[in-house]
Amino acid sequence: MKARVVVTLKNGVLDPQGKAIEGALKSLGVDGVASVRQGKVFDVEIEGQDKAAASASLQAACEKLLANTVIENFKIDLG
Amino acid sequence: MKAAVILFPGSNREGDAARALKQATGRQPDIVWHADHDLPTGTDLVVLPGGFSYGDYLRCGAIAGRAPIMDAVRNHASRGGYVLGICNGFQILCESGLLPGVLMRNANLHFVCKMQHLKVERAAAPFTSAYKSGEVIKVCIAHGEGNYEADDATIEAIEKDGRVAFRYCDENGVLGGAANPNGSRNDIAGIYSERFNVLGLMPHPENLIDPLVGGVDGNGMFASLAAAAG
Repeated sequence: MKARVVVTLKNGVLDPQGKAIEGALKSLGVDGVASVRQGKVFDVEIEGQDKAAASASLQAACEKLLANTVIENFKIDLG
Repeated sequence: MKAAVILFPGSNREGDAARALKQATGRQPDIVWHADHDLPTGTDLVVLPGGFSYGDYLRCGAIAGRAPIMDAVRNHASRGGYVLGICNGFQILCESGLLPGVLMRNANLHFVCKMQHLKVERAAAPFTSAYKSGEVIKVCIAHGEGNYEADDATIEAIEKDGRVAFRYCDENGVLGGAANPNGSRNDIAGIYSERFNVLGLMPHPENLIDPLVGGVDGNGMFASLAAAAG
């Protein structure tokens, strides 16, 4: 089973990398960019077909390692 | 004092930490591999050294913070044992939950490697008794992710309890502004745990222990620890 985990910075957490990317887009002349926040995507292959078990494993993976919940939110998409 | 320096894949200042400890205590510290489950019997102080554990993959200190040895380090800390995390070690302490908050990318996005003045906020055992409160010391910094951040309630609690160990300042002790190299909240360079037995700091006191290489202001920390642990 394929799953995708998206980790993003919480609102209000300063994101210097996103700011730098935003500045670079502006200097490239890309119009209409109001702001950029950088995050991470993890594509995870889960053994078996049990969706509930997969969801529980991914929840544990996010809380234990993939996200630092002090500053990051995570979202799990099970395919 | 019996000290143990933890070696993670990608640590690179374990030798510097060991040299500083040997000089202050007369005793060579044990080097402990990250995949071990136990600290040597009788360990008084655990040092998490600087470097780039696991190549800073995922987040700085994230993978090292969950290494097998960290359960033993957590147990050591909960028994009141001393833990010192320097630079990447500070990042590992935050990721492992032994200290609150997180070290984010420097506000100016640059890796900074330079001499840096610090104000000693609290001269007390076990880490800083050899300094005076308010003393300005000169050490060095070398990091890309040293921008200390935590939620407002955490910052307030740390400040209220006097858990800020060091703040970035200029040579005259003036805090903040251009003297803050990374955008850290409240110019925080290092913090203590609630029981003051765990210290994490971004600067490198272990590199300022010899007049030949820029000064000896780092000696105080290791002398303090040697005095505290006997």
